[in-house]
Amino acid sequence: MKLSRTKVFTDEQYSVLIRTYIFPLIAVALFLGLWGISASQVQTSLGQLPGPTAVFQQASNLVDEHIAAREKEVSFLERQEKRNAAKLEKDPDAVVKIRPYTGKATFFDQIFTSLFTVFTGFIMASLIAIPIGIITGLSNDLYRSINPIVQLLKPISPLAWLPIVTMVVSAVYVSDDPMFDKSYLTSAFTVMLCCMWPTLINTAVGVSTVDKDLINVSKVLRLGWFTKVYKIILPSAVPMIFTGLRLSLSIGWMVLIAAEMLAQNPGLGKFVWDEFQNGSSNSLGRIMVAVIAIGIVGYMLDRGMLMLQKKVSWDKSVVLR
Amino acid sequence: MKNIHLNIDHISMEFPTPDGPYVALRDVDLKMAQGEFVSLIGHSGCGKSTVLNVVAGLYQATRGGVVLDNKEVDEPGPERAVVFQNHSLLPWLTAYENVELAVKQVFGRARSSKTKNKAEMKEWIEYNLHLVHMDHAMHKRPDEISGGMKQRVGIARALAMEPKVLLMDEPFGALDALTRAHMQESLMEIHADLGNTVIMITHDVDEAVLLSDRIVMMTNGPAATIGEILKIDLPRPRDRVELSDNANYNHYRHEVLQFLYERQRRPGEEVVAEEASDDEAAPSLKVVKTEAA
Repeated sequence: MKLSRTKVFTDEQYSVLIRTYIFPLIAVALFLGLWGISASQVQTSLGQLPGPTAVFQQASNLVDEHIAAREKEVSFLERQEKRNAAKLEKDPDAVVKIRPYTGKATFFDQIFTSLFTVFTGFIMASLIAIPIGIITGLSNDLYRSINPIVQLLKPISPLAWLPIVTMVVSAVYVSDDPMFDKSYLTSAFTVMLCCMWPTLINTAVGVSTVDKDLINVSKVLRLGWFTKVYKIILPSAVPMIFTGLRLSLSIGWMVLIAAEMLAQNPGLGKFVWDEFQNGSSNSLGRIMVAVIAIGIVGYMLDRGMLMLQKKVSWDKSVVLR
Repeated sequence: MKNIHLNIDHISMEFPTPDGPYVALRDVDLKMAQGEFVSLIGHSGCGKSTVLNVVAGLYQATRGGVVLDNKEVDEPGPERAVVFQNHSLLPWLTAYENVELAVKQVFGRARSSKTKNKAEMKEWIEYNLHLVHMDHAMHKRPDEISGGMKQRVGIARALAMEPKVLLMDEPFGALDALTRAHMQESLMEIHADLGNTVIMITHDVDEAVLLSDRIVMMTNGPAATIGEILKIDLPRPRDRVELSDNANYNHYRHEVLQFLYERQRRPGEEVVAEEASDDEAAPSLKVVKTEAA
C-alpha cells in the first residue's frame, strides 16, 4: 500500500525528500554510531562512558521518576486534606496546617526553573539594553563615551560576576518574607549582566545606521523626537535588535547553566552538579541526558526568537536562519 | 521678474575637509516665480544636489541664503517637500501609511487654518494617491510594488504636504526608459493641475527640455555655479511625440547638449546620452564620445 503510494512522487520530489530528511537522518545515525563506539573505549571511575542506549535508558528513568514524584505529591496532598477534614470534623475550631509538598525537584522541575530564571534575566537585560542602545545609537558622542566601558564589561565571564552578585543580593535583598529566593535572584542577575551586551551593541549599531534618506524624510516632515524614534528609527533597527536579542538569549542560557552549577542555585546546572557529586553508576548517563536537554532547550529558545523575529519584522523577504 | 516666489540668493557652500575647506558651490543665484518648473542639469558632482539640499534646508549655505515668500529658509520643512532619488519610503509602511505619516504631520495638529479631521485626512491621502495613479495598490508595502510605483508614492507623499516648492532629486533616474516616460507624463499633468513651483535635478536632456520652463545648466565643480540659463518657450501641454519633430525643441536640446559636451566637457565623464540615439543630435554626441575616449 505504502509502496504504491510513494511511487506517485516524481524524481525531483524524491531528491528533495532525500535532501531534506534522509541526509540529516544519516548524519544523526553516523553521529550516534561514532558516539557509541568511542564511548565504549573510555573507562571512568564511575564506569564506562555511557553510549546512546544507556543515555536513552536514563532518560526514560528520569521520566518515570518525574511521574512517580507527581503521584507522590498528589497522594501527599490527598492525605493532608483527609487529615485536615477529619480534624475539622472532630473540632470545628481546630487550627489546620496546610503544608506544601517539599519533595525533591525532579529533572523536569529543574528544566522549568532554569527556563523561568533565564527569561527573568533576559527580560531584565533587554529592558535595560534596548533603551540604552537606542540612546547611544542616536548620539555619536555618547556612543564613543560608552563604548570602552561596554567593550570592557562584555567579555567578563559569568563565574567572575557570580561572587559579587551573590554578595550584593545577600546584602541588598533583605526581607523577612522574601518573594523570591536569593538563589533565583543571583542567577537571574548574573544572566542579566552577561547577556545584555549583544543587545545593547546591536541596538546601538542598528539605530546609528538608519538610512540617511529616511532621516532626511523625518527632517523634512519636522517629526518630533519621539515620533522620529518610534516611526522611523525603531522599525529600521528592529532586525539588528533581534539579532542582538537572539545572541543575548543564547549567551544567557549558557551563562545560567554555569551559574547554577557554581552557586548551587536550583535548575539544570544544579542537577548536573548533584549527579556529579552523587557519583553512582547512573550519574554519567543522567548528566548526559541533562547535556542533551540543555542543547534542545537552547535550540528551541533560538527557534522561538526566530519565529518572533519573523512575526515582528517588516522585511519578509529576508531569509532568517 | 514680477514677483519673486523663491529667491536663491548668491549662495556659496563650503564643506570642511582635513585638507581645508572644499568649495562645492560659488555664488549660485536664481530667482523663481510661483508655479515655475526649473531643471538643474550638469555633470555628476557639480553640486546640483547641494543646491537642492540648501533649498530644502538640509544644508546651510556658507554664504548667501534662500528666501521663500519673504521668509528665510533655515531648516527643513514640509512647505519644501523633497522627492528623493531612491523614493525613501518607509519600507515597513504601506503606500497609504507612508502618505499618512506626512499628512498627519502637516494637517494633524492644531495649526492655523491647515487642520483636517480624520475623514478629511483620509480623503486627502486617497486623493493624492489617486493623482499619481496609485489607487489600486494603496495598501501595498514598498517591497510589493515596482520601482516606478514607489517613486509615484514618493511624489504623492510630497504633494500631500501641500508644499510651496517641490524639490525633486533625480526622481526618475533609477527607472527604465518606458516607466520614466510615463512618470514624466504624470508629472506634467500634476504640474498643470496644481501649479506647484518645482525644482528638479536631472541628468536627462530630453526630460529637462520636455518638463521645464527654464533649464539651469551648471558648470563643473569644485566651485560650481550657474553656467547658463535656457528659457524653454514651448506651449503647454507638451507632447513628446509632437515635440520630437519640433524645430524649437530640437534647438533647445542642442543648446543643452552643446553646453554639457562642448563647453563643460569632462574627459572620461559619462553623462546620460542613451536617449539621443534616434535624432539629429546623435552624430555630434558620438563625435564627442570618441574625442573623450
